[in-house]
Amino acid sequence: MKIRVWLRPLLFLFVLLAIWQIAVLRHPQQLLPGPWKTAGGIADLVQHGLLLKYVVASLFRVTWGFFLAVIVAVPLGLAIGWYPRVEMAFNPILQIVRPISPLAWIPIAILWFGVGDLAAIFLIFVGCFLPLLLTVINAAQAVPAVYINAGRNFGLGPFALMRRILYPAIVPRLMTGLRITLGVAWLVVVAAEMIAVNSGLGFLIVDARNAGNRYDLVVAGMVLIGIVGLLLDTGVRSLEKAKPLRWGYVDEG
Amino acid sequence: MATKSAMEIDTVAPAFRTKLRAHAVNMSFTREGKNLPVLENIDLDVGEGEFLCVLGPSGCGKSTLLSAMAGFFAPTSGEISIDGEIVRGPDPRRIFVFQERGVFPWLTVEGNIGFGLAKLSRSDRSRRIGHYIKMVGLEGFEKSYPHELSGGMKQRVEVARALAVNPDVMFLDEPFGALDSITRMVMRGELLRIWQAERRTILFVTHDIDEAVQLADRVVVMSARPGRVQQIVPIDIAHPRDISSTRYLELRDGILNQIGLAHGI
Repeated sequence: MKIRVWLRPLLFLFVLLAIWQIAVLRHPQQLLPGPWKTAGGIADLVQHGLLLKYVVASLFRVTWGFFLAVIVAVPLGLAIGWYPRVEMAFNPILQIVRPISPLAWIPIAILWFGVGDLAAIFLIFVGCFLPLLLTVINAAQAVPAVYINAGRNFGLGPFALMRRILYPAIVPRLMTGLRITLGVAWLVVVAAEMIAVNSGLGFLIVDARNAGNRYDLVVAGMVLIGIVGLLLDTGVRSLEKAKPLRWGYVDEG
Repeated sequence: MATKSAMEIDTVAPAFRTKLRAHAVNMSFTREGKNLPVLENIDLDVGEGEFLCVLGPSGCGKSTLLSAMAGFFAPTSGEISIDGEIVRGPDPRRIFVFQERGVFPWLTVEGNIGFGLAKLSRSDRSRRIGHYIKMVGLEGFEKSYPHELSGGMKQRVEVARALAVNPDVMFLDEPFGALDSITRMVMRGELLRIWQAERRTILFVTHDIDEAVQLADRVVVMSARPGRVQQIVPIDIAHPRDISSTRYLELRDGILNQIGLAHGI
C-alpha cells in the first residue's frame, strides 16, 4: 500500500514529462526547452558549482529575513493581541499596509540598503512580517479565557501570562502561520534576487535570459525553486506533527 | 434522631469559624444598554474546611457568584472577604477549578500539575507532583498530554493542579458536568476522599440536586435570575452517605419542593 501511495504520483509525473518532451519535439519553434534539455541545464549548473551556491545563497537570505520577522512579529503580536487598546490603535494601519505587495518595497529596499543581501533580506522580512503579525494577533485573541483565568489564578503577572499561557496556547496556529509565511518568503526571495542581487535562484533565471537566452537554465531555475520550496514546506509540516503540538490539530479536526 | 423537615433545619445555626463571607453582594451586567441584575443581595458565610454546594437552575448566577468569590471580577456592590480580607483579585491561595477544559493542552500531566509550583526547587516540585499524581490515581500518565486522556482523567489533572499549590479554598464550577454519569459518581467519591484527607474549604457549584446532597455539608439553594439565596440546607448525614436512606431522600425531596419541583416529574 505504502509503495502505491508513492508510485502513483511518480508515475503520473513521468507521464507528464513524456508528454512535455513529445510536445517540444513535435513543435518546430523553441517556445520552451524540454525536460531533457532542462535536466541538461541542471547538470550544467552542478558542473560549474553554481547549483549549491545559488540554492545556499537564496536559503541564506530567506533564513535571515524569515527569522528576523519571527523574532519581531511574535512578541509584538502577543502584546498587541493581549491589550485590546493597542490592537485598536494598530489595526487601521495594519489593514492599510497589508495589501501592499512586498515587491512594491523593492525601490525603497535598494534606496536604503543598496544592491546586495541586505536589500533582499529586508524584502523577505517585509513579506513575512505582516502576515505573521496578523496571525499572532488573531491567535492571541482567540485563546480561551479559561486558560488566561487559570494563569491569573496561579498568580502570573502580564509578562508571565504571555510567556507561560498566551505563547504556548497559540503555537499550533503559529506553526500554520509559519508554514504559510515561509512559502511567502520563498516567493519573495526569487523576485528580490531578480533585481537586488547577483546570486541565488532568482538571479539565475534573469541572468540566464539576459546572457544569451539560456532558457534551459531558466526552466532549471524554476524547477529548483519548486523543489526547494516543497522541501521547506515538508520540513515545517513535520514540525507540526510533534507531540506537544498535536493537541491544536486534534481539537480543531 | 427526631425527624425534621428540610425547612426546619434551615434555622439551625452551624457552629464554625468563618473562612469566606459574602455580604450584601449584588451583581449586574449591562447588555445592549439594559441593566441585567444577576445576583441580588447575597449574604453567605462559609466555614473553614466546609464543603458547601451552591445549587440552582442554569443561569441563576451561581457561576458568577463563584467567579466573584475567586476574584475574577468585583461585585457591583457589597463585599466578599476571605479570612476577613476583602477579595481584590485571583490569588494562588484559592484556586478555581474549571470543567476539564481548564487543563493546559500544551503541557503534560506532570507539567499541568506542577504549573503553580515554579518557585519550588526541582526536587520539591517533582515530589509534590508525584504525591498528587498518586492521590488522583494518574500514575503511569505523567508524560501524557491532555488530548490523550479521557474527560474524567483531565478533570483529575485539574483537581490535582489545584491541590498541588496547597490552597485554603477551592472553587469548583460544575466540575463533573461534562462527564458521563458513571465517571461522575466515581469522581464525587474521589473528591470526598481528598477533601476528607486535606480538609480544604470547598465551594462547589452544581445544578444537580443529588450531587449537592451527596457531597455537601450545607446546600445553598439559589432562585432563578436574579439569583438570591433561597434557602440553606445543612446535610446532617455522615459520610459515606447512603443515598437510599430515609434522611437522604427527605433532604433531597425537601430541596426539590423548595425549588418547586414536586415528586414524580
